[in-house]
Amino acid sequence: MPSVPLRVALAAAAILVCAAAPHAQDASERPAWQGHGIKPQSPDSPFEEVVSGLYFRSKETQAMQADDFNNPGFLAVEQGQELWSKADGAAGKSCASCHNEAATSMKGVAAAYPKWNERLGKPVNLEQRINLCRSGALKAEPWAFGTPELTAMTTYLRNQSSGMPGAVTVDGPMTPWFERGKALYYQRNGQLDLACASCHQSNHGKYLRADFLSQGQSNGFPVYRLRDQRLVPLHERMEGCMQDVRATPYAPLSDEFVALETYVAWRGLGLPVETPAVRN
Amino acid sequence: MRRQIHAFAIAGACALATAAGAEPAPGGLAPFKIVALDGTDAIPDPLTDKPGDAAAGAKVVVNRRQGNCLGCHQISSLKSESFHGEVGPSLDGVASRWDAAHLRMIVVNPKHVFSEATVMPAFYRVDGLSRVRAEFQGKPILTAQQVEDVVAYLTTLK
Repeated sequence: MPSVPLRVALAAAAILVCAAAPHAQDASERPAWQGHGIKPQSPDSPFEEVVSGLYFRSKETQAMQADDFNNPGFLAVEQGQELWSKADGAAGKSCASCHNEAATSMKGVAAAYPKWNERLGKPVNLEQRINLCRSGALKAEPWAFGTPELTAMTTYLRNQSSGMPGAVTVDGPMTPWFERGKALYYQRNGQLDLACASCHQSNHGKYLRADFLSQGQSNGFPVYRLRDQRLVPLHERMEGCMQDVRATPYAPLSDEFVALETYVAWRGLGLPVETPAVRN
Repeated sequence: MRRQIHAFAIAGACALATAAGAEPAPGGLAPFKIVALDGTDAIPDPLTDKPGDAAAGAKVVVNRRQGNCLGCHQISSLKSESFHGEVGPSLDGVASRWDAAHLRMIVVNPKHVFSEATVMPAFYRVDGLSRVRAEFQGKPILTAQQVEDVVAYLTTLK
């Protein structure tokens, strides 16, 4: 595994290569996303084929993600790994104090989130689950949304399910949350009056100016975004989409975004976890 | 308590005044009349007294903070602009498909001409929208003059 400075240098070089590449508007550059997906796991799926956002990106971006040494998102995986066994909070414990080796105990866990939490009587997503452990067992301050620590731990835990199929469940008490998320997905918002579905359902595989629209799948989050040069958690991306349509976004970790995350996870049911994915 | 009632009374009076001033178009938009031409809604009369300027309209069409029409549409005569979108149809020859009255209606609110399902935004509308960010509330995407300029430009695309 290369040292961190070398990895940063490799990532920077890769970014330069991407930036220098001519933009794709001719057919030879257009990402060939069809045929790279899976069959929908539910008869109610809106898609004929469920395809990861990976295949809507350029070959250079795909190659950067595929190579763990080149993928700048792995810096967060390493940071998460360090935090995993670092004691924090009044209880003097770390995550490892209860969960031992993440490679064993966390394998497949994140792929099933958001998940119903009996004690809270509502679903929690992975960030919220991490913070429940921090304020509970660790007696530590929860990490604020968007902090490098919370995003790194989320990335690290998602990475323990790498390649495993997304497995959110939407039956039982999750059903009203699924329905709420679905309503939000089709709700048009903002001065531009667009819903998630306006771009990601009706128009994926088309250019929206320089953006090649994907199906808006969540299997790669948190993703390393080349334009931001950092890991971006899912709720920040949702906020960004709402800002783009000139709407007031819901708050990260709000009930609305957890419901939307649940519904989006269902739309991508069965897609392999790619975290940390690399995207534009 | 009395102060609260007083505040409500003032707020109520203001709301009434605003509602009265907003007629006939909501949110202080320039008034316009929609009529059906050949069975399809149209706006025959310009929104402003100043005639549309096609050259100014082309700039609005390209500007990403204004029309951003190239976000979704292709226009061959603007090939020097990079990144034309594909979400909507090409606008080449659009003036042969629609007259100015229908083009004006489409820009103002395309749902009148296409369907409720169209993803094209209404560029001159402030009502019936959800969660509009504070700085855009009560404001259409384009001004009445910009709409006229865009319509003037679109009528050159024969």
